Amino acid sequence: MKLTGENIIEVENLVKRFGSFTAVDNISFQVKKGEVFGFLGANGAGKTTAIKMLIGLWSPTSGKANVAGFDLFTEANQIRKNIGYMAQRFSLYEDLTVIENIQFYGGIYGLRKNILKERAEELISELGMESFRKELIKNIPLGWKQKLALSVAMIHKPKIVFLDEPTSGVDPITRRQFWDLIYNAAEKGTTVFITTHYMDESEYCDRVSIMVDGRIEALDTPAQLKKQFNAESMDEVFLRLARPTESISK
Amino acid sequence: MNRRRFFGFLQKEFRHIFRDRRTMLILFGMPIVQILLFGFAITNEIKNVNVAVLDMAHDDVSRDITNRILSSEYFHLYQNLQSEKEIETAFKSGKVKEVIVFENNLAKNIYSKNIGNIQIISDATDPNTANTIVAYTRAILLNYQQELNKGTKPPAIIQTEVRMWFNEELKGVYLFVPGVMTIIMMLVSAMMTSISLAREKETGTLEALMVSPLKSWQVILGKVIPYLVLSFSITLVTLGLSMFVFHVPIRGNIFLLLGEVLLFVITALSFGILISSIAPNQMAAMLISMMGLMLPTIILSGYIFPIDNMPVPLQVISNIIPARWFISMLRDIMLKGAGWSVVWKDTCVLAFMAVVFLFLASRRFKMKLR
Amino acid sequence: MRTIIVIIRKEFLQIFRNRAMLPQIIMMPLIQLLILSNAATFEIRHLNMHVIDQDQSQASRQLIGKFKASNYFELSDFSFDEKHADEDIMQGKDRCILMIPKGFEHDLMKEQHTKLLLNINAIDGAAAGVINTYALSIIQNFNQQIDAQWINQQQFDQQKILNTPYSFWYNPYMNYKTFMVPGLIVMLLTMVGMFMSAQNIVREKEIGTIEQINVTPIKKAHFIIGKQVPFLIIGLVQLTIGLLVARWVFSIHILGSIPIIYLFATVYLITLLGFGLLISTMVETQQQAMFLAWFFMVIFILMSGLFTPIEAMPQWAQNITKFNPIAYFVSVMRMVVLKGSSIKDILPQLTAISIGGLVMCSLATLRYRKRAG
Repeated sequence: MKLTGENIIEVENLVKRFGSFTAVDNISFQVKKGEVFGFLGANGAGKTTAIKMLIGLWSPTSGKANVAGFDLFTEANQIRKNIGYMAQRFSLYEDLTVIENIQFYGGIYGLRKNILKERAEELISELGMESFRKELIKNIPLGWKQKLALSVAMIHKPKIVFLDEPTSGVDPITRRQFWDLIYNAAEKGTTVFITTHYMDESEYCDRVSIMVDGRIEALDTPAQLKKQFNAESMDEVFLRLARPTESISK
Repeated sequence: MNRRRFFGFLQKEFRHIFRDRRTMLILFGMPIVQILLFGFAITNEIKNVNVAVLDMAHDDVSRDITNRILSSEYFHLYQNLQSEKEIETAFKSGKVKEVIVFENNLAKNIYSKNIGNIQIISDATDPNTANTIVAYTRAILLNYQQELNKGTKPPAIIQTEVRMWFNEELKGVYLFVPGVMTIIMMLVSAMMTSISLAREKETGTLEALMVSPLKSWQVILGKVIPYLVLSFSITLVTLGLSMFVFHVPIRGNIFLLLGEVLLFVITALSFGILISSIAPNQMAAMLISMMGLMLPTIILSGYIFPIDNMPVPLQVISNIIPARWFISMLRDIMLKGAGWSVVWKDTCVLAFMAVVFLFLASRRFKMKLR
Repeated sequence: MRTIIVIIRKEFLQIFRNRAMLPQIIMMPLIQLLILSNAATFEIRHLNMHVIDQDQSQASRQLIGKFKASNYFELSDFSFDEKHADEDIMQGKDRCILMIPKGFEHDLMKEQHTKLLLNINAIDGAAAGVINTYALSIIQNFNQQIDAQWINQQQFDQQKILNTPYSFWYNPYMNYKTFMVPGLIVMLLTMVGMFMSAQNIVREKEIGTIEQINVTPIKKAHFIIGKQVPFLIIGLVQLTIGLLVARWVFSIHILGSIPIIYLFATVYLITLLGFGLLISTMVETQQQAMFLAWFFMVIFILMSGLFTPIEAMPQWAQNITKFNPIAYFVSVMRMVVLKGSSIKDILPQLTAISIGGLVMCSLATLRYRKRAG
């Protein structure tokens, strides 16, 4: 990977509280341009909350953050122009066709008609979905939907794309294809910010951060992390980090 | 063992429903607001109607009559017109409902020719109001005429003694209380039940419950009992409000009344179960309850619109609407003080409907689960 | 601007793809207009009247004849005993009892003073009041007729007479449907518009697509406008269907200008849809949206003057009505359709509804947050 060393996401002491519950507890990290950045953690560790703050869906309680060169608190709309997002929950319209979904999302990102047409064709042929083009989303298999959702999230060629557990519930083959798409995007210079709870997937990331109970407990390349925790796999790294708190909470 | 399991399940269902504060607020708020509106705001009574006067006579009689009309509580002078052309304008502005025109030389005509002309023009876009205000105006004029003739011997006087039964003060709220109660019971019992059962079906939790050690009738019962309690308590609140704030009487036997309420809730619940057995998802359940249940009930049950005024085909259709029987029963028991001898027929009809709905629903559910 | 069109296009695609939707938008109002115009009537006609004629005289028969000839009463039962009549009222068979006591004619002839008894079932208080007025005016008529006869026979003093001809403008046949249909059209397009708009945003919330939209740079106002326009167009289509039905089925000629109706309808729909979307932004589930929309709609309709005259309400309630969009549209429809009122006549209503529309849309736009607490 050709990392320039330029930070595209900078987060400093970010906190999110819901009442007395602290979902994200004072996290700080940087993501470099063009990186595939993995955001790991058990369910409820605060991954989704963190991602939703970074993309401007939820307001942080306190802290500082800069995304794609814009301040999270004052320039949210500038950020929105420069990012893509694919949610954990499936987010294409089931009652629209493949091409209609593409046209809709491309349209609200303000793509011109001719550019949009071009991109749509490109996208469909890249995914090999020619035969599905006029099919309603509800009629196509889940794996295809997920791949389409990812491509649609990047229709406007964003600087960063945020993926919130994009591969949950997908079979291993599709997951492999999905990661090809991700690498493809990174190749073209898009920064990928991905949350997952599949530990094997974290091996594909350039750098990985592991969240436990709202805090970032570890952050480094997979290789360094394995070394640091003296583990065979990322699975082990994760268990070492997560287990102590589990026994405390019980 | 099984019984304990059932009560555990029931408890969970209760919590589930009563936790949604917003919906609770609306469900209890709706009948209360409606009763208050019907009691305080909405009436068909005609009062303070804006009239305009076109007085071409400008004499004692025309002034006298104008004063007489305005001093009644029915009319309120909105403007004095100067010419006939202004009549149209006055009506078109929508403010004036009636114009009274006094002819030239009214007083002179009365005293020399024994006849005077006063024209009444009303805006009849609303025929009911028009009819009534014209009748009121003419009554006032007739009164004045009798006074003009005081001292002379009138040929004949027919005195009519009027008795208003069941509602001497002609309060509008009497009519609406039973209807409001019925609609809210329908909403809670039939609509909410059908939606919540459809949701369980949609999310697949109903199947999970069906394969649990609970018997299937226990599952349905557990789902339904909280709604029964809910609609029964809303009914009591509504009833209490109308009794204590608006003094709507309960002239008949209160236990008979509550018994009928219970019967109706059961009928509505069985209807709700039937809908949920037909509807594939929440949205469909909502639409079926809305279009197939709430609207016909509101329109054809006699809740607002009297059934006897409707054309015969609609009157016939109204017979298949459960609420129609229930509302008439409520009015009989509450306002007329009727007893079992009057309401037994309606009771049988409702009970029959409940049995039919339950039978159909249970067949559909069995078919589905097999 | 382009983003607005994108949203509109998508909404239309979704609406028309749902096969249950189209019949609901087109057929439901039609059927309901036909049913409601027949059912929603407070017109008082052919009321069952029970007559107890204990006098059995020429005068009593004449009086009964008068009642028979009127459109208001249907003489359904005759008997001699009150107990039987009372039972009929109790069971709801008859609405009122006219009791002509023995000696009615005798007293009238000999003493110039006689009595009648009228019993009315007053559970429906308003109707009872009207029945009372009708019955008394028939009796008065009868009275005057007798007076006139006897004066002609010169047995009595000359009487001064106030002649009171009356005329009913705008609806000379006193057709209740003519009055109700324009108002019912308003109600129908209100119901569909309100429910559809109230469900709209919350539906996207429930299926999760709203997040996907919220991360795009789309402007809030554009989003709200894009959501409103399809429903606005549907509302105007419904209005057109309603007016056509009014014309061809109910023979109601529109006296006023049609552009004025559409102008007002557009502003009205914007207000209404703004309110629906506002509800949609405030709730979490479609079920809640429906209950809330239902709640407001029932109140709005009941207090709109559609079924009961606004002037009959107490002052405080009339003041509340100033915030009821349905009330404005119902009155404007009646004024323009039935009376031919001009734009000048409806200017106050138009101003009020425009302000309402502005407020509602701003509120909906403000309430719709792309970013949550």
